[in-house]
Amino acid sequence: MTTYQSTDINAFHGVWVFCEQRDGVLMPTDFELLSEGRKLADDLGVELCGLLLGDNVEGIAGELGGYGADRVFVCQSPLLKQYTTDGYTKVVCDIIMEKKPEIVLIGATHIGRDLGPRCAARLHTGLTADCTHLDVDTFKYAAFLNSASTLDVDNMIFNENDCGLKMTRPAFGGHLMATIICPRYRPQMSTVRPGVLKKEAFNPRKAEACTIEVCPVSLEAQDIRTKVIQVVNEAKAIVDLTAAEVIVSVGYGISRDVKKGIDLANELADALGGVVGASRAVVDAGWITADRQVGQTGKTVRPKLYIALGISGAIQHRAGMQDSECIIAVNRNCVAPIFEAADYGVTGDLFQIVPWMVEEASRR
Amino acid sequence: MKIIVCVKQVPDTSEKVAVKEDGTMNRAAMKTITNPDDMNAVEAALAIKDYTPDCSVIVVSMGPPPAAEMLRELLAMGADEGVLISAREFGGSDTFATSQILAAAIRRIGFENTDMIFCGRQAIDGDTAQVGPQIAEKLGIPQISYVFRMQKTGNVLEVRRALEDGYMTIQVGTPCLLTCIKELNTPRYMTVKGIYESEGKPLQIFDYETLKDDSMIESDTIGIKGSPTNVYKSFSPPAKGTCVMLEGSGKEAVGKLFELLSQKHII
Amino acid sequence: MILSEKHEMMKKLFRQFAETEFTTELLDKLEETGEFNRNIHDKMAKYGFMGTKIPVKYGGQGGDTLAYVLMVEEFARISPVLSIYANTSNSLAAGPLLFCGTEEQKLKYVAPVAKGEKILVFGLTEPGAGSDAGGTLTTAVQDGEYFVLNGRKTFISGAPFADHAIIYAKTDPTQKGSRGISMFLVDMKLPGVSCGKDEAKMGMLGYPTSDIILENVRVHKDDLLGPLHKGFSAAMKTLDGGRLGMAAQAVGIAQGCLEESIKYAKERKQFGRPIANFQAISFMLADMATEIEASRELVYNTAVLADTGSSDYTSRCAMSKYFASEMCNRIAYKAVQIHGGYGYIKEYKVERFYRDARITSIYEGTTQVQQMVISSNLLK
Repeated sequence: MTTYQSTDINAFHGVWVFCEQRDGVLMPTDFELLSEGRKLADDLGVELCGLLLGDNVEGIAGELGGYGADRVFVCQSPLLKQYTTDGYTKVVCDIIMEKKPEIVLIGATHIGRDLGPRCAARLHTGLTADCTHLDVDTFKYAAFLNSASTLDVDNMIFNENDCGLKMTRPAFGGHLMATIICPRYRPQMSTVRPGVLKKEAFNPRKAEACTIEVCPVSLEAQDIRTKVIQVVNEAKAIVDLTAAEVIVSVGYGISRDVKKGIDLANELADALGGVVGASRAVVDAGWITADRQVGQTGKTVRPKLYIALGISGAIQHRAGMQDSECIIAVNRNCVAPIFEAADYGVTGDLFQIVPWMVEEASRR
Repeated sequence: MKIIVCVKQVPDTSEKVAVKEDGTMNRAAMKTITNPDDMNAVEAALAIKDYTPDCSVIVVSMGPPPAAEMLRELLAMGADEGVLISAREFGGSDTFATSQILAAAIRRIGFENTDMIFCGRQAIDGDTAQVGPQIAEKLGIPQISYVFRMQKTGNVLEVRRALEDGYMTIQVGTPCLLTCIKELNTPRYMTVKGIYESEGKPLQIFDYETLKDDSMIESDTIGIKGSPTNVYKSFSPPAKGTCVMLEGSGKEAVGKLFELLSQKHII
Repeated sequence: MILSEKHEMMKKLFRQFAETEFTTELLDKLEETGEFNRNIHDKMAKYGFMGTKIPVKYGGQGGDTLAYVLMVEEFARISPVLSIYANTSNSLAAGPLLFCGTEEQKLKYVAPVAKGEKILVFGLTEPGAGSDAGGTLTTAVQDGEYFVLNGRKTFISGAPFADHAIIYAKTDPTQKGSRGISMFLVDMKLPGVSCGKDEAKMGMLGYPTSDIILENVRVHKDDLLGPLHKGFSAAMKTLDGGRLGMAAQAVGIAQGCLEESIKYAKERKQFGRPIANFQAISFMLADMATEIEASRELVYNTAVLADTGSSDYTSRCAMSKYFASEMCNRIAYKAVQIHGGYGYIKEYKVERFYRDARITSIYEGTTQVQQMVISSNLLK
């Protein structure tokens, strides 16, 4: 192995995506990141590689090619069957130090957010968490900035030779957006929340063309200092908000009659072919399970249609749904902040209005 | 046995936010609170202290001088000692540099094999969830994040760490670092008696002089120079186009709404 | 008054506790059922609020009078009735015990009260003895090792669920007026002790109030509290602390009314703009805020005075109670007025504040009694 120096910028090439798998199933976020990674790799004129860890996972690696990977590095070991911080950090860092990618993207799952920072610290490089937008091309970034901010972009100077990764993310609970760069160290690392980036269509030809490279793994049992006793999957079906086209969300406005409020939301969701979501207040009150929470500390969603019932629209909630194509808000309070994020608003009592909505939806 | 808890004083982002003309947050004008996840970490430490003789809980924070007030409150909650790390040289640090400084401070406080470090999962201003794991890496100790249940028997901890759709039950020995989430516990309040007692508890300030001799602290490992990441641009998201408010709140309004949605092929 | 760092922390603690634990659901339940809520009581006890002002030696938190006043104010700002939950133990219950109890009595009765394990109420008022507390008709006749108590106490807050009561009874009928009265620690479960029906009150719903009926209740002489025949002056000393607490409660209620009114005035639009833009309303708010601030200063200052042992204390407590409670009623009136029709509707907080406020100028010494205390101090 050549010596590793994270400040030796020119030695690093390639865009990598860490592809998480659990129980031999690839996480949907992997496909989203590869789709985005493909664009970055094309802009830079470099290879896009997936990095897949696990036990006997070679067989699932090909699918990653279909979403844009030119190559997938597969690191296998029985010790990698279950995720452990120590095991995964060592293997990931070892191979990064050997092959020196300039960009590494990781899905900001509960596991990605455990692995990413540890690796960044070990590699002595920068990590930017929960990115919502990535650019390497300066002009594309300038165009993005123009549409996403009120800054006077036309009067800004950009270095057209700057092909560093510009990582944009929300800060302060979503009140502010910041673009972060990692100019002096490599790899530039970024985690991205599931559901934020768009997954491209699966390309079977690309899947065929993808090179699967099984790499040697140097990992002993004593390298892993924790012991996984068991992994429990909750028996109930987990709702996948991030994939839903229509979401009907309930907020604290249903407190007057919680059961009826949820029933109405379910009715409307059924009539529109969607699923029910909730604000944090509703989840904290124990009226709905946490997997349905939308917001800064819940899920980020961008469905075609988002209907907010009795949700006041605190910024932490809006951060999780404001990029939905069409947002409808129903609230008794005509100055509720949710109306600032909505496309259409109805002021009134949701207990009266939703039954009419159900009727309309069923008719069409 | 020591439990070191890393805490951060943050602006209360659940409240109205003060923004300066250039679009950046006006921290000075905002109410400050102890980061919520950190409160769970403090409570976890105090809960262990409740039934462990000879256990001391030390709360550590890197921040400007007003953060000392927050540490006093945590002493009133039951912590034994407070340490505030505050220096101009440390300002502008990203998570890498911050974790470097905190790790050095923890070494300075003294960290044995029987000790543990608790952190909150993430702070509500940065929302990165990076500092905890990075401190663990720099101290060379194992970490478990997203902890929502914890049980200590002797020197072994058995925890449950949350996954999106379930959890992992993991065992780890000391020394170790855990990051805590809100489901772990309900933080206790201070008490009047605790407030009186907190006056006599030690609250140290670590400045640059205190830590500069640690090998982890160099001019290029702290502050802006020590931060691999820098802010390139920051901006407020533009206000959305005005919302179309439907007239009235009756059946007609709903009918009109669905007419519009249908025309735009949304349904 | 500029509070010390310690007291600022305490204020923050009390405010956080009240804002988090005194939920709308809880407050509505208290109002609808009028029943004592053991859950919130135990939670308050867990954090030592029942013993804020009681010395650590006797199981309390060791706070000063200012700590106690801050607690009652911050609790009352959210829920006047819940401020009573934490109040009685600190003032009317622990007061007489700490003032003239024997060491055995203090150890036996104060600690459980400070920790909220037992509830001890104050039994002075009778159907025929309100402001004229000296007109006590309840008797206590010595019979060997015991005293036999007969009589009726009225308007005793907490009686229906109390464990003990400090009962004032006439032990020497030859002495006139307020002389010849003694205090007794009466176990509410003793034979002969019963409670009347819960009063249907105008406000402060959630802390039941009733009569205590005593029929040949045998109380051991060890439970005589303070000097025989001289209990009344002990009562009077205790009432000072209680009055100050009630003054703090009044400030808290008024503060709650002000905050609701400001919020409403900013939201409610008439004639095309928020009513806060009209001087009729904004000046009302200015008046309310000023009166509250003035009352607060008087109350806090008196609290600090309490711990100096000043002889002005009694008079200042009376002034605090008088001024704050009358102010509180004025503020509650204005708050409802600012809300207009909505102020008359139960869904709006000021409706409840208005009814709760009314008792503040009556209980623990009416305004007129306070005036008596103040004037007699001036004219002595």
